[in-house]
Amino acid sequence: MKSRYPLRPALLLLLVLGLLLGGCQRVQPLPLRLTNVTGHMPTLAFTLTDDQGKTVSASDFRGKVVLLYFGYTHCPDVCPLTLAHLHVVMQRLGKLADGARILFVSVDPTRDTPAVLHAYVNAFDPRAVGLTGSASDIETLVKRYRASFTREPSTGDGNYEVSHSSAIYVFDRDGNPRVLATPADSQDDLVHDLHLLLDTGVAP
Amino acid sequence: MKPRSMTLLLAGLLLAGGVHATAAEHVHARHAWIRVLPGSLPASAYVTLENGSDQAVALSGASSTAYAEVMLHRSSTAGGMSRMTMVDSLEIPAHGKAVLAPAGYHLMLMQARKPVKPGDTIAVLLKFADGSTLATDFIARPANALDAGP
Repeated sequence: MKSRYPLRPALLLLLVLGLLLGGCQRVQPLPLRLTNVTGHMPTLAFTLTDDQGKTVSASDFRGKVVLLYFGYTHCPDVCPLTLAHLHVVMQRLGKLADGARILFVSVDPTRDTPAVLHAYVNAFDPRAVGLTGSASDIETLVKRYRASFTREPSTGDGNYEVSHSSAIYVFDRDGNPRVLATPADSQDDLVHDLHLLLDTGVAP
Repeated sequence: MKPRSMTLLLAGLLLAGGVHATAAEHVHARHAWIRVLPGSLPASAYVTLENGSDQAVALSGASSTAYAEVMLHRSSTAGGMSRMTMVDSLEIPAHGKAVLAPAGYHLMLMQARKPVKPGDTIAVLLKFADGSTLATDFIARPANALDAGP
């Protein structure tokens, strides 16, 4: 009898250890619905000026889920629509939204001063932050996420149009890229994915 | 002029009027609203235009005493990029409609003569290709509104 089940206690121990490890490591990928970019894009990194005129960097937003969007304030149609949609998303998240920040990075830093940005982002959502900086700092950030923008020729009266990437880049609380949302994606999917990222993170 | 020729002339004028009814007479504007942005930033105006006639008509532009300039624009997203282009005119098909809505056709309103606040009613003169005009009241809505509201 003794030699019949010699491995039983060892197997049981392994099983228990395995369960414990699995529980701690969270090796299961999150069932994200939007385009999953985990591990395919660089972590959040920048040093820019916020809409209060303060120098801020990505580390100031560690602990928050970040929704990064490139735009400019003289864009009267698509940028406000995107921000209005993000405001609805934040409202749908309820209290959880306090753990998220919308970062609106201006690709038109000449016209978008901190003061202009401050009034602009606050017209949409209290958890939105406007970011501006030198043209080269903005370009570095744009390139880091393989986004782009171009300035159209001036119309003669000093006005000009800017075309820009339409995607929203979502980072988790540790600054890791997680999903990419485009205007074609449903609001439900963005709410769903933000729920996952906000629920699983450590408390801010 | 004899009474008879007078009658003929009047009849002719009435007939001409009937044939050449203006685009504006056939167009009905609904859901007219403006997304107001802070400070002196340009705003966008949206409206649904219904054409009740048998012939297509075309919106060619607009003006407003509340803004220095109004332009017909179109936003588009292609290849992950959003851009805005100026448009000369927008056709409203016979017995059909043209929708000016976010992320598509819109009127860009520049340089408000005095600050426009959500809740204000702004008069905009819609201009059609045949030269006729339609005065339309637009309701000013907050920056984060998604439609004309209740």
